[in-house]
Amino acid sequence: MTDGPDMKAKRVAANPSSEINTGTVKSDAEAVGRGRGSEPAKRQTMHPLVELTLTRVREFVREPEVIFWVFIFPVLLACALGLAFRNTAPEKIRIAVEGNGKNQVVAALERSGDVVPVVLSEEEAARALRTGNVALVVRVIGSQISDQGSQISDQGSQISDQGSQISEPRSQILNQGSQVSGQGSQTAFPQLIYRYDPTRPESRTAKLAVDNALWRAKATDNDLNARDETVAEVGARYIDFLIPGLIGLNLMGSGMWGLGFAIVSARGKKLLKRFAATPMRRSHYLLSFMLSRLLFLALEVAALVAFAWLVFGVVVRGSLIDVALCAVVGALAFSGLGLLVAARPRTVEGVSGLMNFVMLPMWLLSGTFFSAARFPQWFQPIIRALPLTALNDVMRAVMNDGVPLVSHWTQLAIVLAWGLVSFVVALRIFRWQ
Amino acid sequence: MSLWVREEVQEMLRGLELPGNHMTTELGTAHARETRVAARCLGLVKRYGDVTAVNGLDLEVRAGECLGLLGPNGAGKTTTVEILEGLTPPTSGTVEVLGRAWGSGDDNDLRQHLGVQLQETQLAEKLTVAETVRLFRSFYRRGRDVDAVVRLVELDEKRNSRVGKLSGGQRQRLAVACALVSDPDLLFLDEPTTGLDPQARLKLWEVVETFRRGGGTVILTTHYMEEAERLCDRVAIMDHGSIIALGTPAKLIAALGADQIVEFSVAEQLQEETLTTLSGVRGVHLRDGAYALTVTDIALALPALLDELERQHAKLVTLTTHQATLEDVFVSLTGRMLRND
Repeated sequence: MTDGPDMKAKRVAANPSSEINTGTVKSDAEAVGRGRGSEPAKRQTMHPLVELTLTRVREFVREPEVIFWVFIFPVLLACALGLAFRNTAPEKIRIAVEGNGKNQVVAALERSGDVVPVVLSEEEAARALRTGNVALVVRVIGSQISDQGSQISDQGSQISDQGSQISEPRSQILNQGSQVSGQGSQTAFPQLIYRYDPTRPESRTAKLAVDNALWRAKATDNDLNARDETVAEVGARYIDFLIPGLIGLNLMGSGMWGLGFAIVSARGKKLLKRFAATPMRRSHYLLSFMLSRLLFLALEVAALVAFAWLVFGVVVRGSLIDVALCAVVGALAFSGLGLLVAARPRTVEGVSGLMNFVMLPMWLLSGTFFSAARFPQWFQPIIRALPLTALNDVMRAVMNDGVPLVSHWTQLAIVLAWGLVSFVVALRIFRWQ
Repeated sequence: MSLWVREEVQEMLRGLELPGNHMTTELGTAHARETRVAARCLGLVKRYGDVTAVNGLDLEVRAGECLGLLGPNGAGKTTTVEILEGLTPPTSGTVEVLGRAWGSGDDNDLRQHLGVQLQETQLAEKLTVAETVRLFRSFYRRGRDVDAVVRLVELDEKRNSRVGKLSGGQRQRLAVACALVSDPDLLFLDEPTTGLDPQARLKLWEVVETFRRGGGTVILTTHYMEEAERLCDRVAIMDHGSIIALGTPAKLIAALGADQIVEFSVAEQLQEETLTTLSGVRGVHLRDGAYALTVTDIALALPALLDELERQHAKLVTLTTHQATLEDVFVSLTGRMLRND
């Protein structure tokens, strides 16, 4: 207890620096840092932009789940949509036929091959229509030749000979039973009533198909010499339409998600603030994201194009260089947009909401899954100004139509403008802490 | 309670060197020319809405010294440091770092000469130690060898490990390595050892001391008095956004006028006034229900205390004594403990 002074002496001795510097300061203040073995940067590190980009790449490839979302997911999406909308024989529509003299009608419908007629009682037919089991009910009303069904089916020409008049009132066939039969009393064909719900597209199709079948049944080969020729030409299928759109969508998704999350989580961890305390040029940091996107872009687009070619036979009609250029411009634009979206939010939740707000309209409007032309005319200028719409248009023009890139320079300019403006604004409003 | 002690201590500290008059006394002297100032701020104020984080702070950091900002959480240490680092603009007041003001020219050029370790920065988890240091190295025109810095902070065995796999102490050393890789003139360390175990703390202290030997200037914030006593040439004690005392740790402690602190608790209520009159006792504080006596001569004070307790028929529950520390300086200045966590 009494060794206080000794202990104090010991403490002071252990900490000799505590008494320095109260008066003069070290005379080697000259050496404030200089010449302590500093070396020029070139020897061991590359340009900061290269190092930053390498960092992006490393962080990216060391995150296995990212690989899935960027490479596998779009391919799976293309696969699912390609299968869902594959070009197969169209499904046959079921038609209920009821009433007397139906055999003749049934035979005519069966021969057409477009619809599947089912013979039902009146009650059954009504229920089948109600439950959607059939698309249309054809009610046959009193016929002179009601019992000659088999005869007719054997000799189809007989019908067509007799009923050339029947084609005339086709336009009058309305729902709930306009009369189909001709005026002449000798008409061999029965009167028909079509029962259907006109708001069901399937029913309207069925009506037209039935109508058409019966009309053909009546017509001579001379009267009507039309054949169906179905179109399944490469370049005009749904999958051909879809793939360029999916490329655009993927460029948007990986640009936005890839940058948005990386930047906002770095902000949350105060890593951005730490970078702000270095002489790192801020534009370098943001540019490194765009550059790293370009590196992965090639793989991303190639994976999708190769997949579409191998599995669905989708071919690129234009030049591959144009496709690549188009993808580069798209990737840059969406990286810029990603930077802009990530410029302010402090939390990952915040940036997710913002990204969905930006991306969802483009998912719907920009003509990825169906043509943007379906939207009303007054809305078109807005849709056309969206970066994804412009990118999809250019991509389709190059891939499907095989036109050179320059022919769509306005769309290309729209995409580029989005990227440039976003990048500049992002750099200005970027929150570093 | 013992207001007189506080006033007296403050008076003594004022005599030592307070930020305000210290410059005026020194500038005219012959030493002034040799004394280089690494950083200086005058009348620094930072407000966040209604909250005043820094309230009229004057401070001068000399080249080559290690200056510690010691204070409890919320005292304004981090805000002060971030203003000096050029990360936060002050509401008012002037700041000068290495002879330049932020925003007066090329800030990035000034940053070339600084090394910064921020409180709670999480470096990218997927990068390795060497990659992280190399990235930071690339931002500076001149600097140290990446491997040398990794060795300096004793992470050479971990140089190819990912940051995510490092322990807390290793991460802090990596953060310091990123600050040192520029070979800075001025190094900022914001609570570098908070949350570290004693061994990790010791390793980090050694890194800082190595940097000091090279002649670098350090500004360090801490709420550990041991850290301030070990590393700092001078300590500025901060509370409520301003500096309430400044000096070498030894002088600050000496200003207490006491070597020892005697802490005790009793079951009964005591008459405090009589305690102050005991021989060898300079002051009395009540801390968390226990009494603390600042004592000049423990050989006199202890027997006197025991006699007094007997006289008052008080039963002693606990009794400890310790060497006076910066903590005791803080308590005598503010009546509060330094660490309330």
